[in-house]
Amino acid sequence: MTNNSKNFSVTVRVWRQSGPKEPGKMVSYKVKDVSPDTSFLEMLDILNDNLLKAGEHPVTFESDCREGICGSCGLVINGDVHGPDEHSTVCQLHMRRFKGGDVITVEPWRVKTFPILKDLAVDRSALDRVMTAGGYISAPVGSAQDANAIPVEKDKAEEAMDAAACIGCGACVIACPNGAAMLFTGAKISQLALLPQGGPERARRALGMVEAMDREGFGNCSNEYECEAVCPKEVKVANIARMNREFLLANLASKR
Amino acid sequence: MKLDAKIPAGPLEKKWDNHKFSLKLVNPSNRRKYDILVVGSGLAGASAAASLGELGFNVKVFTLHDTPRRAHSIAAQGGINAAKNYPNDGDSVWRLFHDTVKGGDFRAREANVYRLAQISSQIIDHCAAIGVPFGREYSGLLSNRSFGGAQVSRTFYTRGQTGQQLLLGAYSAMMRQVAAGTVTVLPRREMTDVVLKNGQARGITVRNLLTGELEAHTGHAVLLCTGGYANAFYLSTNAASCNVSAAWAAYKRGAGFANPCFTQIHPTCIPRSGEHQSKLTLMSESLRNDGRIWVPKAKGDHRPPNEIPEAERDYFLERRYPAFGNLVPRDIASRAAKTVVDSGFGVGPTGQSVYLDFRDSIKRKGADKIKEEYGNLFDMYYQITDENGYKAPMRIYPAPHYTMGGLWVDYNLMTTIPGLFSLGEANFSDHGANRLGASALMQGLADGFFIAPATVGGYLAAGKFEELSSGDKEFTDSARQVHDRLNRLLAIRGKRTPSEFHRQLGNVMWNDVGMGRSEASLKKALKKIPEIREEFWKDVVISGADKDFNQPLEKAMKIADFMEFSELFVRDALERKESCGGRRGATTRTSRTCRCGNIRARTRRPPCTRSRSPSRTSRWRNGAINKACCRPRENL
Repeated sequence: MTNNSKNFSVTVRVWRQSGPKEPGKMVSYKVKDVSPDTSFLEMLDILNDNLLKAGEHPVTFESDCREGICGSCGLVINGDVHGPDEHSTVCQLHMRRFKGGDVITVEPWRVKTFPILKDLAVDRSALDRVMTAGGYISAPVGSAQDANAIPVEKDKAEEAMDAAACIGCGACVIACPNGAAMLFTGAKISQLALLPQGGPERARRALGMVEAMDREGFGNCSNEYECEAVCPKEVKVANIARMNREFLLANLASKR
Repeated sequence: MKLDAKIPAGPLEKKWDNHKFSLKLVNPSNRRKYDILVVGSGLAGASAAASLGELGFNVKVFTLHDTPRRAHSIAAQGGINAAKNYPNDGDSVWRLFHDTVKGGDFRAREANVYRLAQISSQIIDHCAAIGVPFGREYSGLLSNRSFGGAQVSRTFYTRGQTGQQLLLGAYSAMMRQVAAGTVTVLPRREMTDVVLKNGQARGITVRNLLTGELEAHTGHAVLLCTGGYANAFYLSTNAASCNVSAAWAAYKRGAGFANPCFTQIHPTCIPRSGEHQSKLTLMSESLRNDGRIWVPKAKGDHRPPNEIPEAERDYFLERRYPAFGNLVPRDIASRAAKTVVDSGFGVGPTGQSVYLDFRDSIKRKGADKIKEEYGNLFDMYYQITDENGYKAPMRIYPAPHYTMGGLWVDYNLMTTIPGLFSLGEANFSDHGANRLGASALMQGLADGFFIAPATVGGYLAAGKFEELSSGDKEFTDSARQVHDRLNRLLAIRGKRTPSEFHRQLGNVMWNDVGMGRSEASLKKALKKIPEIREEFWKDVVISGADKDFNQPLEKAMKIADFMEFSELFVRDALERKESCGGRRGATTRTSRTCRCGNIRARTRRPPCTRSRSPSRTSRWRNGAINKACCRPRENL
C-alpha cells in the first residue's frame, strides 16, 4: 500500500492528565513506521493502539468528522494552535509536515474558560452558553414569509457567510493572549447583524452575548490579531470591530 | 409483525393537509406536562427539538458530542432541494416528488415523498428567516443551482458548506429554546437502550461519557434522530462517532428495521492511501460537471497520467453512457469505477482509484474559472494527497456515504414501537434505494421542523400514559443489562484493539457486501461476520474503568453493535434477488430481475410512479443473531 521506505519515526511529548482535578505532566512516546501520508490524528490513533496493546490507557483527544468542519479537534502542536499549517484544523494536518526523529510536543487547549477534562480533551461548553444568550433569530417555525420576500444584498450575504463559517473550535480563544472569545462571538453577532432578518434583535443580541462572554470569564480584545491568524475558517477581526459597534450602539439606545 | 403505514386516505395532494387536521392537538397549557426525549442533535434532532420547544413541550436533547453543533449533518457540502421554481425552469412539487421516487428506484413510500416535496419550500422560507446565509444573486434574491444531474435548478446552497449552515441554523433555533427554558441539552451522552412500559417507549438509558454513569430518563415520547450506519464499512465518509447503536437498541426492543442493505456509495471521494487511514473524505460531486473520469486503456500502465495520449485513455463513463457521460447517477458512477479497478485498470500507488481530469475544462474555461468554481475542493485534495489537481488529474474512488435503510416508520414517523419515533437518516422512508443529491438535508429538516411537531403532538394528545419513575423495574433492568454488557467488554482484556476488529469487519463488508455483491460473496460474509464477532468477544482489549471518560470503551460499544447489525445487513442483501444501492451479481442479471431500478429503466423506460417491488423490514426474533428474521412486506 504505502511506500514503506518513506516511513519514519517520531517522538511525541503529550500532556497526560487523568481527570479534571488530577495533576498532569508531559509524557514522551515513540511512534515508529509512520507514513508521511498519515494524518496527524491517525498518527495518534496508531500511538493509542500501541498503548492499548502495551496495557496503558490511550491518550484521550477529541475529533470527529476529520475533514475540518465539525470543530471537535483542537490541539497545540509545538506551540502552534491547530498545528503548523495556516488556517487549518488539526485533523487536516499530515505527517509529511514532519520528518524522522522529530520530537513533537502536543498540548491541549489551555485557558481557564475551557477546563481540561482528561489528557487533551477540554470542556468548551462556555461557547454554547454564549450562543444561548442571543445567537439566534426569534422566528418560530411556520412564521416565515416567502424566502425571496426580503432581498439581501449579495455582498452582505457573502460577508455574513464569511462570518458564519466559524466552526466553534475555540482556537481563537487559545491564540489570544487575553483568552478572549471575541472572534467567535463577533462572528455570530456580525452574521446576524448583516442580514435584514436579524435586524429587530440586534441590540438585544449584542448586549446579551457580550455580557455572557464576560460572565463566562473570557478576556477582552487588545488587537493582537492572533485569533485571525489561527482561525481555520479565516474569520476576520473586522467582525470584532462590528461587534463593538453593535454593542456601543445597543448601549446608547439601551433603556436599562 | 403487522405493518400499518397509516397512510391517510384521499388524493396524494391532500393527504398531509387532511392528516394534520385529523391529528389531535395538545392544549397549549398542557404541553409543558409532556416530556419528549430527542436523541441526536443533527438536522433532524435539533430542528425537532427547536420546533417542539417552540410549541411548549418539555424537551430533552441528548448528544454524544461536547456540543450539539458537532453532529455530522455539518459535513454536507452540496445543497438542499426545494420545489420553489424560482428559476422558472419547470419545477413543481410534483416534479420533485417524481424525481425523488424515480431516483430512489421506486422503493420510497410515495405519500411520504409527496409530503416532503410539499414541505420543501417552507424549509427554505424558514431557514432564510432564522438567518441561514444562502447564496444570493445581485438582485438580492436566492441563487439556485442544478445538482446531482437534476434537469432543473432547485438546489439552494451556502457555498460548499450547506450542511454546516443549516445545522447551525437549527442549532441556534434550539439554543433559543434552551434560553426560553423549554429545551434542555444533555451533551456527552450515548444512548444505550430504549425503555418500554406496557409496550410503549417511555424512556431511555444513556451513558454519561464523562463520568460513565448510566442515567435513566423518562418521557412520553422518544425521537431517535441518530443518523446513518455507513461506518459498518469502517472506512466511509461519515464522522468517527457515527454509529448504529441507538437504532440497534431500538431494533432489539422490537422496532422493525427496513432495507438495511440500501447503502449509497459516493463516487467522488479521495482514495485511501494506506492501512492507517481512519476515514475517507468526500469531494462534492459537482466536480463531475467539469471533470472527465478515465483510466488507461492498457492494464498496468504506470506512466504519469499527462504522458498518456488521448487515444490510450478510456473515458469509461462517456463510453458506456453516452447520453449522461460523467453525470450518470451516483450508484452507476461508483459501480463503473469499481468494475474498471477490479479488472486491473486502476491507477495510483494502490491501484484503487481512477482519474478525474480537468485538463480539457481548464483549456475550455480557463484555470481561473475552474478555480472559482471548485477552488476549495482542489485545496482539500491538495491538503490530503499533496497532489496538485490543476496540473495532473485528481484520483478518486467510491466510498460508503449515506444509508437509505433505517428504522421502519409509518406516515407519522413512528416506528413499530408506539411512542418511539425516528427522524432523518435514521429512518428509511423517503429515499428508497438511492438518495438524490441535496435531498438528505431537505428530509432531516422536513422531519424535524414540520412533520414531527404535528405527529408527535397527535400521538401525545390521543395517548394514555401511566405514571412512571426512573426507579421503576423497566429502567433498573435496562441499566443492569447495559452495565453487564459494558463490564463483559472490559473484562476480556484480550490482545487486539477495537479499531483492528472494526477494520476487519469493514474489509468483509466492503469486499463481500459492498458494491457488486453476489450470492456467493454474501454467503461468505454471513460465515465470516459471526466468526469475527466471536473473536471480538474473546480477544478485544480495552483499558480503564466503566465509571470514567473512557474512549476505547465507547468505541468498543459501537463496534459490538456493528458486529451484530452487519449480519442483518447481509441477510437483507441475501434475501433480495435484485440489489439497489449495492448491486448484486452481474449487472445483466440484476437488470432483468430489478424491474424498475435498473439502469435501462432509469435511462430509457418511461417513468412509472407505481412501486413494483415492495419494501421490506426485518425484525429481531428471540434475541438470537443467527435465527432467521421475519420479513413482513409493505406495499409502498
